[in-house]
Amino acid sequence: MHVPDGFIDAPTSAVTGLVAAGALAVSLRGARRELDERTAPLAGLVAAFIFAVQMLNFPVAAGTSGHLLGGALAAILVGPCTGVLCVSVVLLMQGILFADGGLTALGVNITDMALVTTVVAYVVFRGLVKVLPRGRRSVTAAAFVAALLSVPAAAVAFTLLYAVGGTTDVAIGKVATAMIGVHVLIGLGEAAITALTVGAVIAVRPDLVYGARGLRQRLKLRVNGELVDAPASAPVPVAARTSRRALWITGLAASVVLAGFVSFYASADPDGLEKVAHDHGIDAKAEEHAAAGSPLADYGVRDVSDARLSGGLAGVIGVGATVAAGSGVFWAVRRRRTGAPSEAR
Amino acid sequence: MGAGHAHRLYRHAHSPVHALPPHTKLAAVLAFVVVVVSTPRTAMWAFGLYAVLLACVAHQARVPASFVLRRLLIEVPFVAFAVLLPFVAQGERVDVLGLSLSVNGLWGAWNVLAKGTLGVAASVLLAATTELRELLLGLQRLRLPPLLVQIASFMIRYGDVITDEMRRMRIARESRGFEARGVRHWGVLAKSAGALFIRSYERGERVHLAMVSRGYDGSMPVIDEVTASRAQWTRALALPSSALVVCLLGWVL
Repeated sequence: MHVPDGFIDAPTSAVTGLVAAGALAVSLRGARRELDERTAPLAGLVAAFIFAVQMLNFPVAAGTSGHLLGGALAAILVGPCTGVLCVSVVLLMQGILFADGGLTALGVNITDMALVTTVVAYVVFRGLVKVLPRGRRSVTAAAFVAALLSVPAAAVAFTLLYAVGGTTDVAIGKVATAMIGVHVLIGLGEAAITALTVGAVIAVRPDLVYGARGLRQRLKLRVNGELVDAPASAPVPVAARTSRRALWITGLAASVVLAGFVSFYASADPDGLEKVAHDHGIDAKAEEHAAAGSPLADYGVRDVSDARLSGGLAGVIGVGATVAAGSGVFWAVRRRRTGAPSEAR
Repeated sequence: MGAGHAHRLYRHAHSPVHALPPHTKLAAVLAFVVVVVSTPRTAMWAFGLYAVLLACVAHQARVPASFVLRRLLIEVPFVAFAVLLPFVAQGERVDVLGLSLSVNGLWGAWNVLAKGTLGVAASVLLAATTELRELLLGLQRLRLPPLLVQIASFMIRYGDVITDEMRRMRIARESRGFEARGVRHWGVLAKSAGALFIRSYERGERVHLAMVSRGYDGSMPVIDEVTASRAQWTRALALPSSALVVCLLGWVL
């Protein structure tokens, strides 16, 4: 999936280059927090590992074989920031040394394969680990789902980039169906391998799996015949909590801007499935959706005649609703989690 | 490791291109690719001139054509994609040898093929004339964040070690009669990958301790600062500036 030069036009490449540079800056800071001054050697070795493991062939059937992309694996094993950093360095070196992926397309490649894959995988993974019961098995299951979703997410990101800055006007629906269809298959393989690998690591060195921190059993001491929690040997470095609010606000603002302005420019064409359905006359008998009369039906706000403005508004409202629903679920889950131990005691 | 510490793409020689400081070469290649990408695709002759320019550089660097052509094979997957474009793109269609092809798709395929090939050829020439260590110094000189350069240098230094470790594990598996034939054997391979991760990570910890014991404090000392004279910059930038002239002609004509 390494994009070569000339595939995405110059303005889009420049913008993704900026996005990639920003992501690298953020993850450089974050990696220092995840690994402190050991960052350079450890991240370097992990990058070398990802580079090597991409060469490990997994036979599928009848002589075909696939290999790992490694974004999800890196995110789960060493954390999202170090993961982004490692995959980006691998992509950079592949671009310069092996001419794999164009130099002007480096921004596109990093945004697509390092940023989207890793972040999606880590968010899904953490969410699932929080929700599922504690244990090794649920970590493996979460790794499976995270890797399964991360690869099609990268395909979706690529399709979006192509829709904005593709140099050939292939119907975006066709690109989407082809890319996502293929990558769902790839994602299945990636998911199986990632889950098995994470399972293998967690069986031997559970402390090395970044995503499963906090799942370890506390050390118990037997004092006068009673089991007591051992005092923490070293103060656990607390992640910067103060920045969480800033992070939330930035994320919210970014999503609103993206939903509002990018959908403003998005094509008014129907999406891939609708397009395919339309081409083949599948939708001739399709019934109107039950929500067709709702104020936000067909991604537009009713009574707003300008199609683009209406699409943008609907995007903003959609993001708002999603954030509200997501925060609600998150809040409820956290309430339950923090509530449970106090009852147990 | 018996083959020295040069990567497989490097081609040892003493040529004017090899002698240029690495950061000038990096800047030149990047500028060249940017110019190529921003050329209008209808100016077909411009791409021919770019190819001639690259051929001149290859001649100067004493890199044989067969070497470059063999390295170009890396873009085969995208050639396959480009071949598909005329069949799936929209717009008016034209009949070629009884096949209905999209005009827009043909232009798109040409665009991807020409620009992609030139980009790959430029990168291949850069890698063939620049040693790894120099490349990293050049990146550092071009103000890439030092931490990123350090990570990249560790990846490059230990890439071969880790790959060799993986090869030894494969030999160990095979000498015990294991042969991966299908999905059923993924478990074994994934356990190898997990073991490889643990070994890499632990090696990283050992390397870090060894570095700390030698006085590492988070930044690498720069011993050999690379500098470039005005003449060297001029020579390196001759390629992108002549390409820029071609590009401007392509827009005007």
